[in-house]
Amino acid sequence: MSGPYDMVTARDMGLVACRRCARVWQMDQEVCGRCGAALASRDHTSLSRVWAWLVMGISFYIPANIYPMLSTTVLLRSTEDTIIGGAIELIHHDSVGIAIIILVASVLIPVAKFVAIAYLALSIRRSSDLSAQSRHRLYELVEYIGRWSMIDVFVVAILSSLVQLNVAASINPGVASLSFALSVIFTMLSAQAFDSRMIWDNIKSAKQNRDTAETIAS
Amino acid sequence: MSSASSPLTSDLTALIACPQCDAIYRVRDLDHTVEARCTRCHTELIAPRLKAGMVIIMLSLTTLILVFGALWFPFLEITRAGLSNSATLIDAALAFSSGPLMFLSLAVLAMIVLIPLARVLLTLYVLVPVVFDRPPRSRAAQAFRLSEDLRPWSMAEIFAIGCAVSLVKVADLARIEFGPAFWMFSAVVIIILIQDSYLCRWSVWASLEPENEPKNEQER
Repeated sequence: MSGPYDMVTARDMGLVACRRCARVWQMDQEVCGRCGAALASRDHTSLSRVWAWLVMGISFYIPANIYPMLSTTVLLRSTEDTIIGGAIELIHHDSVGIAIIILVASVLIPVAKFVAIAYLALSIRRSSDLSAQSRHRLYELVEYIGRWSMIDVFVVAILSSLVQLNVAASINPGVASLSFALSVIFTMLSAQAFDSRMIWDNIKSAKQNRDTAETIAS
Repeated sequence: MSSASSPLTSDLTALIACPQCDAIYRVRDLDHTVEARCTRCHTELIAPRLKAGMVIIMLSLTTLILVFGALWFPFLEITRAGLSNSATLIDAALAFSSGPLMFLSLAVLAMIVLIPLARVLLTLYVLVPVVFDRPPRSRAAQAFRLSEDLRPWSMAEIFAIGCAVSLVKVADLARIEFGPAFWMFSAVVIIILIQDSYLCRWSVWASLEPENEPKNEQER
């Protein structure tokens, strides 16, 4: 158990591990006898599901940026704000901090997530410049941070239920809130479909190839 | 699994495979009072906490009471030019009530109220028999699996931060005040976070092992 390359995996021992409860079974077992989860040594449908959800996530993210997130009516004058438009508005009102939170949560994080998931999925098939450790950390980050993009949808929900003051001021949700929420949900499903064990298989076979190459060379 | 445990299968119960990277470990002492992490991907494997089971049950009951409180009292209150309006948590969840946005209302309601509540009830269903030394409920494994599947979709803490953002966003439009439900909800969020950090998933699963006697001291 010295380096990350020399670790023994369940698959090396001819066993299959339950990803839900960490129990180990003989390779031919199909359902975990402890927690009832389906067992698969490696989930071969994983990558196609990752790509399918990711494409859905990206395609709903586009209308989320084009259509208005919410419409504000103050004294019969109505304005509609898109995600980026709303943030620019906030900067004009000197709330730079909140504008940054909105921009990070609704623009930077979703786009970074699309790129990160695509990169991880691609790195399974080809070699990668990043080590398995770094890629695993990237995966954990994507899984952890994905849910936080929902914040903008919640803000719209809170504002539209609260700011209903007749003519004085009212805020109503726009269609973009729906497509933004769907984009976040699909991207979360995409990250969940990813079988992170493949990150480590890859590096192991790369190491083995290198070892064989060295033996042949000597 | 109910029949006589062959040497091979009983041997397998002493192994843990990292769910994230498939590296395999042997559980050496069954006292497992120390935290165990995967050495290559640093995923938490065992995180025992003293008397965790009882603490989790108490926190779950507290959450249950607070959630019901948070549903009835006004959540936020707004005033502008003599007009005022207050919204409850349910109002916020059901803000998208027109047409296709209806779906969003249901999703928001689920993510901030129903799913956190369901996870509390499932946790109680699974842990109460274990902590009080009774045999696990017949569907405990299914219940705990469902609770774990729902975990990423429980977004109460994100909603709480959303409240703070909304507050600043309409600061120049109107004055917002927090109602009693807001403080109850904030307490729920903090309790859920503590509870999640207390729960050692591996210990719970080990205690639900079909032919196992409950032997996890740290769960009590």
